[in-house]
Amino acid sequence: MAAILKGIGASDGIAFAKAYRLMEPDLTVEKRDVADTGAEAERFRAALKKSEAELEAIKEKARIDLGDDKAAIFEAHLLVLNDPELTGPIEEKIKSDSVNAEFALQETATMFVGMFEAMDNEYMKERAADIKDVTKRVLAALLGAELPAPALIAEEVVVVAEDLTPSMTAQLNREFVKGFTTDIGGRTSHSAIMARSLEIPAVVGTKNATADIQNGDLIIIDGLQGEVHINPTEEIAAEYKKRAEAFAKQKAEWAKLVNEQTVTADGHHVELAANIGTPADLDGVKSNGGEGVGLYRTEFLYMGRDNLPTEEEQFESYKAVLEGMEGKPVVVRTLDIGGDKELPYLDLPHEMNPFLGFRAIRLCLEQQDIFRTQLRALLRASVYGNLKIMFPMIATVNEFRQAKAVLSEERAKLEAEGIKVAEEIELGIMVEIPSTAVIADLFAKEVDFFSIGTNDLIQYTMAADRMNERVSYLYQPYNPSILRLVKMVIEAAHKEGKWAGMCGEMAGDETAIPLLLGLGLDEFSMSATSILKARAQLKNLSKSDMESLAAKAVEMSTAEEVVELVNSIEKN
Amino acid sequence: MSNKTFTVTADTGIHARPATLLVQTASKYASDVNLAFNSKTVNLKSIMGVMSLGIGKGAEITITAEGNDETEAIEAIENLLKSEGLAN
Repeated sequence: MAAILKGIGASDGIAFAKAYRLMEPDLTVEKRDVADTGAEAERFRAALKKSEAELEAIKEKARIDLGDDKAAIFEAHLLVLNDPELTGPIEEKIKSDSVNAEFALQETATMFVGMFEAMDNEYMKERAADIKDVTKRVLAALLGAELPAPALIAEEVVVVAEDLTPSMTAQLNREFVKGFTTDIGGRTSHSAIMARSLEIPAVVGTKNATADIQNGDLIIIDGLQGEVHINPTEEIAAEYKKRAEAFAKQKAEWAKLVNEQTVTADGHHVELAANIGTPADLDGVKSNGGEGVGLYRTEFLYMGRDNLPTEEEQFESYKAVLEGMEGKPVVVRTLDIGGDKELPYLDLPHEMNPFLGFRAIRLCLEQQDIFRTQLRALLRASVYGNLKIMFPMIATVNEFRQAKAVLSEERAKLEAEGIKVAEEIELGIMVEIPSTAVIADLFAKEVDFFSIGTNDLIQYTMAADRMNERVSYLYQPYNPSILRLVKMVIEAAHKEGKWAGMCGEMAGDETAIPLLLGLGLDEFSMSATSILKARAQLKNLSKSDMESLAAKAVEMSTAEEVVELVNSIEKN
Repeated sequence: MSNKTFTVTADTGIHARPATLLVQTASKYASDVNLAFNSKTVNLKSIMGVMSLGIGKGAEITITAEGNDETEAIEAIENLLKSEGLAN
């Protein structure tokens, strides 16, 4: 039956494909008494065989797609699966206690997991995760449930999930995953950012995607309007074929702007830069005509591993990005960990309010060994391009001064060691805490630039957790309070002859762009895939007209009135 | 029963990849194969058993095998330990 789900369009485009549910099945185990324990042990061995075949297939696939290194983990899983010290006691338990295989498996595995987790050795603790993974697979085989194996997807699909975690997205094969939809999330959630960087259409926050969509349903993802069609009628499918073609045509039109500068109708130049997470993202920056990198999120270097990246590893990444951008500006944000981004190996205590807690520059100034290693790597890389360093979550002028002092110390040390460092490195801050926006005039005397981080600035200004859907109505980029803060920051920068950029989602937003141009923003940093569309839009706007628009907008009382104002002018 | 004693020379000890190789090799033989270290003995066909010992560089380990192919098993394990530079 045809049905429509509404959600938030997180990544533009239209996708048609069969649904693939990326869901953990229910593996709840109940204890049962078993009379024929011989047959039960046989059932257990059959589940081991099935699991072994699955693991072999995944291992082969991983070897081909990802290389021997990544396949090694499945090699280890196979050994655990066949470990006589694990399987023996399970069979014994089935027989001695006359219980079902699921229960015997779970009891025995839990004992081993506990044993490995208690060991005072990171490596051993990880083996506990291997045992859990393998147990889950055998349990699924016993219960007749199917575990998702996203790495094995071999036909075009639309992924349907409750939410997509970084580790799940890492396994998705870009060749076959044409789009995705999730129950939860918003425009700034991890899954949405990922979709834009993969350039696949996505609709997040549908609430009911996993409830309403079955494996194999034909799905249309409309990332433009935030709609998901389930088993659409022929009329709707035909309509969407047309829209998909129109969208492709428009993209081709935008693509012509790839080598152009971003100049408004009245001849004013602004810079359109890209937000990136890894050197691999540079391809997208280039193919979308980015005039620089406005935000290099270095935390990805620290994630998905079990120890801190070395100075050398970091140096290689920074150098690759600086060289890749061929002298164009690259704004590197120093480690912004904490909040919703955790590093398990730092063993930081759990906080009640992580977004208001020990994160980013606060952590770096306290655990200076981590900070200094990153700064050294950055300074060493600085000779390979146009590096600008930006500190995140600055709340006070003193924090900036401290961070700057640490940087100067590391520069002096490197120079004493005879290592070359670029002479001029611009030093800026993210403006995402209202206290900093309010005294931007004072900061402007000390920093070289500002980059306004709107995602956090909005949540801190409105006191609304952006991970909490019940207060998501308060995420209001067009609220006059936000516009006024942005205006203060830009004006403060210009007064001291400095520049102001923006690296939040707002910078690439169609409704916000006219206002930001009017407020005098110098640099707009966004997902690479938004750049060409923004450039096309800016070419048709006049800066002087937008100045009058922005002047009116900051006098409005509500976000709705601001949106209405922008829409009315755009139609003229 | 055959047995042989080795001294671990690998900097990282018998962890991860080396443990995998040892277990894979021992599992090819029908004989019971055990590893003794620090007065503990584990089944060399058990990855969890081997890793639970936390064998570091400089450790003395004794491999014992009992069964029809015990000589071949010990030989294969000795070859592996030496060719991978794990022990001598």
